[in-house]
Amino acid sequence: MSAARLSLGRLALNGAATLSLGFILMPLFFVVWLAFFRQEIPSFPPEGYSLKWFQAAANNKPFVDGFVLSLQVGVLATLIGLVLGVPASLALMRHRIALGPAINTLLLLPLVMPGIVLGTSLYVFQIETEIATGLPVLGSLGGLVAAHSLVVIPWVVKLVTASLAGFDRTIEEAAQNLGAGPWTTFRRVTLPSIRPGLVAGSLFGFVTSFGNLEMSLFLVGPGRTTLPIAILQYLEWKIDPTVAAASVIQIVLIGAAMIVTDRYVKLSRVV
Amino acid sequence: MARLSIEHLRKVYGEFTAVDDCSIDITEGEFLVLLGPSGCGKTTTLRMVAGFIQPTAGRITIGERDVTGLPPWKRNCGLVFQSYALFPHMTVAENVAFGLEMRKIAPADRGPRVTEALRLVRLTGLDERYPRQLSGGQQQRVALARALATEPDVLLLDEPLSNLDAKLRQEVRVEIRDLQRKLGLTTIMVTHDQEEALTMADRLVVMEKGKVRQIGTQRELYEKPADRFVAGFIGRSAFLEGEATGGRFRSEGGLDIACKAATAGPATLALRPERLAIGTEAEACANRFPARVEHVSYLGALLDIDVRLTEQDRILLQVPNRQGAAEPRPGDMITIGWAEDAGLVYPREP
Repeated sequence: MSAARLSLGRLALNGAATLSLGFILMPLFFVVWLAFFRQEIPSFPPEGYSLKWFQAAANNKPFVDGFVLSLQVGVLATLIGLVLGVPASLALMRHRIALGPAINTLLLLPLVMPGIVLGTSLYVFQIETEIATGLPVLGSLGGLVAAHSLVVIPWVVKLVTASLAGFDRTIEEAAQNLGAGPWTTFRRVTLPSIRPGLVAGSLFGFVTSFGNLEMSLFLVGPGRTTLPIAILQYLEWKIDPTVAAASVIQIVLIGAAMIVTDRYVKLSRVV
Repeated sequence: MARLSIEHLRKVYGEFTAVDDCSIDITEGEFLVLLGPSGCGKTTTLRMVAGFIQPTAGRITIGERDVTGLPPWKRNCGLVFQSYALFPHMTVAENVAFGLEMRKIAPADRGPRVTEALRLVRLTGLDERYPRQLSGGQQQRVALARALATEPDVLLLDEPLSNLDAKLRQEVRVEIRDLQRKLGLTTIMVTHDQEEALTMADRLVVMEKGKVRQIGTQRELYEKPADRFVAGFIGRSAFLEGEATGGRFRSEGGLDIACKAATAGPATLALRPERLAIGTEAEACANRFPARVEHVSYLGALLDIDVRLTEQDRILLQVPNRQGAAEPRPGDMITIGWAEDAGLVYPREP
């Protein structure tokens, strides 16, 4: 009786899990399927299959330029995010700082702030900066990278502080006792220990930056468009599977990055 | 190896004095143990020697070098941590080689020294393992080998055995001691384990509330404890409270005891349990009193007997277990006695 109830409960749980997973994977599945349709207007059932839309995506100059820009911005923003986020995490976790918890919350805030709000505020801020300094900020690569750094920092801070929380500081003392100065200790002992957080933080920061649409909409300049915006602009005129093909390429690249990362750092353990 | 000298060392945290005017001299090759209850300042003292805590006042000299102001990485002290603190991302060999690398020793010369250090701690063939793949005892040996490989001027051990199980602790205790003798290492060990301290040390430093209470050999500490705290902390003592007057001690319960008291006024009389005699053996003693047996504990080779002399005066005594002989039982009236010089008198502490 109780065994039967148990297996019934398990069945219900498995069923619910399958349903949720299906719900999450459904759009992904359709995008991938759609990318291989032969006809221009997506309709069911497909009239046949083709790889021509992948070629179309690769020959689409806005897509290619957008991809390169997104890659540039993502890499630069991630680097800046690391340079600012790692020392911030160390300071927050290791020292009693006045308003420490408040600063921590502030650093995580861009993660929960709606992209539109962030975009609008940065737009106004960058215009004011241009007026005040006379430097071209809005629409420049620098302006875009600065904004994207803002969405990378929360990931770096969140994951690096999590790594530091379980870190045994006596191994730093052991290194110093053996003759290592502060910088060598950080490089040889601290850094390898927080590497999982560092790698995961960089990966999620980069993905967030690469896929960012709402904030970027306000900050791109003429002829300087990121991939998500290029896709949006294309969709205003056409709905053929070129967009689906471009998305599939993105999904494959990000998926590959996660699998490769996971070989070195178990992502499931960090996040 | 070098001698180590600690002079008037002091560490104050706000209102709290962790270490107060601590002076210790350690000769070359000596094994010194800092012993005391938790919070007595022994670990703080060790960490000041290692350079992790900057003293408020005082001086630390290793050999001829004044190291008081030097950072940890310039002190050449080998420290073995309580938690071992091995680098988890490095193999055993890399852990041991780390200190050599920091001393800019050529990679070709590191190998033999790593091998030698691991051989000393009897840990060969595990060079390529990671710390997490080792047992607690093996990790402890790696930590020791890592500290020894750099040929430090002094070896510092911070409760190195407290994370091992009882049987292993016995073994490692002897091993560390043998190694220390063989290499002639000037060593300071911190422990709260009295047995560990007594079996390993050349000399011991008993600390309490940041102060050095007594420095001496095991025999000096046990037979001539400097104060009531040491008498109670090293080995066991029975204490009677009362008044001392030249050569006599009057207990609270009214016993008039012959002793060799140097002080006068409110005092405490300390008695070692094995210095007390019972029955016919007590007859030759200068002090003899009737007592009621309250409790008997059978400890194999020994019997612990709690006796009550008067309403206020209770004593613990220890007699050898003579199997077959009549044993005292709770409620029995017996005679106990002790020699005049068995009782140590200390002025009552506030």
